[in-house]
Amino acid sequence: MIRVILRRLAFALPVLMATSIGMFLLGAASPMDPARQYAGAAAFTMSEENLHQIRDNWGVDDPLHEQYLRWAGNLLQGDLGWSTSRHQAVGEVIAGRAGWTLLLIGLTLVVVLIGSLVAGTIAAYRRGGLLDRGVRAAAYAVQSMPSFWLALAAIAVFSLGLGWFPAGGLTDVRATSVTFADVAHHLVLPVTVLAISQAPWFLLFVRDSVAESLREDHVLAARARGLAGRTVLFGHALRTALLPFLTLVGTHLPELVGGSVLVETVFSLPGLGAVSVHAALGSDFPLLAAITLITTAVVLTANLFTDLAYTAADPRVRIDG
Amino acid sequence: MADVLIRRPAAPLLLLAIGAALLVPLFFPLDQSAVALGRVALPPSFTHPGGTDDLGRDVLHRSIYGLRVSLLVGVVAALAATVIGGLVGGLAGMLGGWVDRVLMRIVDTIAALPHLLLGIFIVAMLRPSLGAVVLSIGLTHWLSTARIVRSELLSLRTRTFIDAAVAGGASRTRVLTRHLLPHVVPKIALATTLMIPHAVWHETSLSFLGLGLPPHMASLGNMINDGQRSLLTGSWWASLVPGLVIVVVTLAIAALAARWRDRLDPRVRAELNL
Repeated sequence: MIRVILRRLAFALPVLMATSIGMFLLGAASPMDPARQYAGAAAFTMSEENLHQIRDNWGVDDPLHEQYLRWAGNLLQGDLGWSTSRHQAVGEVIAGRAGWTLLLIGLTLVVVLIGSLVAGTIAAYRRGGLLDRGVRAAAYAVQSMPSFWLALAAIAVFSLGLGWFPAGGLTDVRATSVTFADVAHHLVLPVTVLAISQAPWFLLFVRDSVAESLREDHVLAARARGLAGRTVLFGHALRTALLPFLTLVGTHLPELVGGSVLVETVFSLPGLGAVSVHAALGSDFPLLAAITLITTAVVLTANLFTDLAYTAADPRVRIDG
Repeated sequence: MADVLIRRPAAPLLLLAIGAALLVPLFFPLDQSAVALGRVALPPSFTHPGGTDDLGRDVLHRSIYGLRVSLLVGVVAALAATVIGGLVGGLAGMLGGWVDRVLMRIVDTIAALPHLLLGIFIVAMLRPSLGAVVLSIGLTHWLSTARIVRSELLSLRTRTFIDAAVAGGASRTRVLTRHLLPHVVPKIALATTLMIPHAVWHETSLSFLGLGLPPHMASLGNMINDGQRSLLTGSWWASLVPGLVIVVVTLAIAALAARWRDRLDPRVRAELNL
């Protein structure tokens, strides 16, 4: 297992480094002047001398490799830089918002996993039936719907039309403190929309792999022993189909992150996704680069863990590196 | 049901969409920046089948223009992704051995990167424009093509007709151009087609976030973003219509690609694969 981790790292670290170099070069090629961005509106009245002073202090005219090493070195030491769009330390921005994004993604994963396991298994049990065909058609249709569009539709129907849920935000505008019930009420729509937009891949996967394992010998043997249909389905067929599901969760995380960016923006949630869009609109290199790199590292780590869990759960599987 | 709803009408729907995208601009040119404050937020009617938005612009007319841009971006970006993926996959498949292992491991690692965030980063640094959007899609969407090309080449390499060609004294280039490429090209074309819907989704997502095409330009993502505003005043059609265009066109492309795959490999009936 240690060897697997080491070999994974041997590829993950260079890719992370290459990504950071690529991002840095893009940032350097960007037409935005960091000194003017830092100064904001004051840049118009500021003397050329003062701007020059800022540029000097920041070393933005140093050779590129020196700048990169300084930036990467600071990142590794935990100094993420200064956000030019929010006028705040990048570390503070991220620390204040990462929790909400993790909550959104975590809740969504739970809903998606439970929902797709139940619906997929039932569809597989009655394959070819009305439910199976309906679920599959719906899955294909949802796969092709942009998640932000789905989010707008949900707002139109459930908050503007029926008035059941708030259209955005995390707490009621009149609220003075963050309460559990308030946040839960505000999260119903975003979590549902994100879950539905991500569910098709999981649902179709569960449906196909349960359908396949229903044809296997051990399921036939369980049936032959006279076990109840439900026991065979959930105890025998679903169990063998569950394993590859683990890797799907790992490989699908990048999609989930992308979906959360869009859903957070539509529902104006104070998470990392919405703030990175804000940073992008303002060409805020330090904030956007830090969020992208940290998310990347987290997703790569999560991926490694799902693969390790896979090998632990099924000793027959060997992942090479 | 998926068949009746999606596969059968796919070809006529796509023809209709492409026909509209090509012909409408010829006969009914659109002034991208024109507003008509006299007919603001009209619901769908006979004269405005898609209604009008909060600036009085015809939603269906603009959706057709948006589709035109989205398809253009989708096709060009899918081709760009194919070039990158084809080169990497081709290198891995032709050389095999440790080159293949290293390249494919790198591909696996890149596949784990959150590509919408990377795309956002690329567009943000280059400033939103058509070229930046294409680049952002091309650089993040080449992985599946690389995998397909590589596995196809690896399986072809062990076939006897390749051995025969090599034994007959054919040069490396001749084996590649005469024996390998004719088998790989259809698969690459299929992969490119399957990439178009993804490219369209990526472009509309970026435009929706305000990071894609310029805001005054009629693009499906921009229109849904504008529609977000009018949603609060009750005109749901302003974002419904462009969204429906995205759904119908991407599904139709995917369904046609599935049918095409049935032809290439008749042994398994292809599922829709998005």
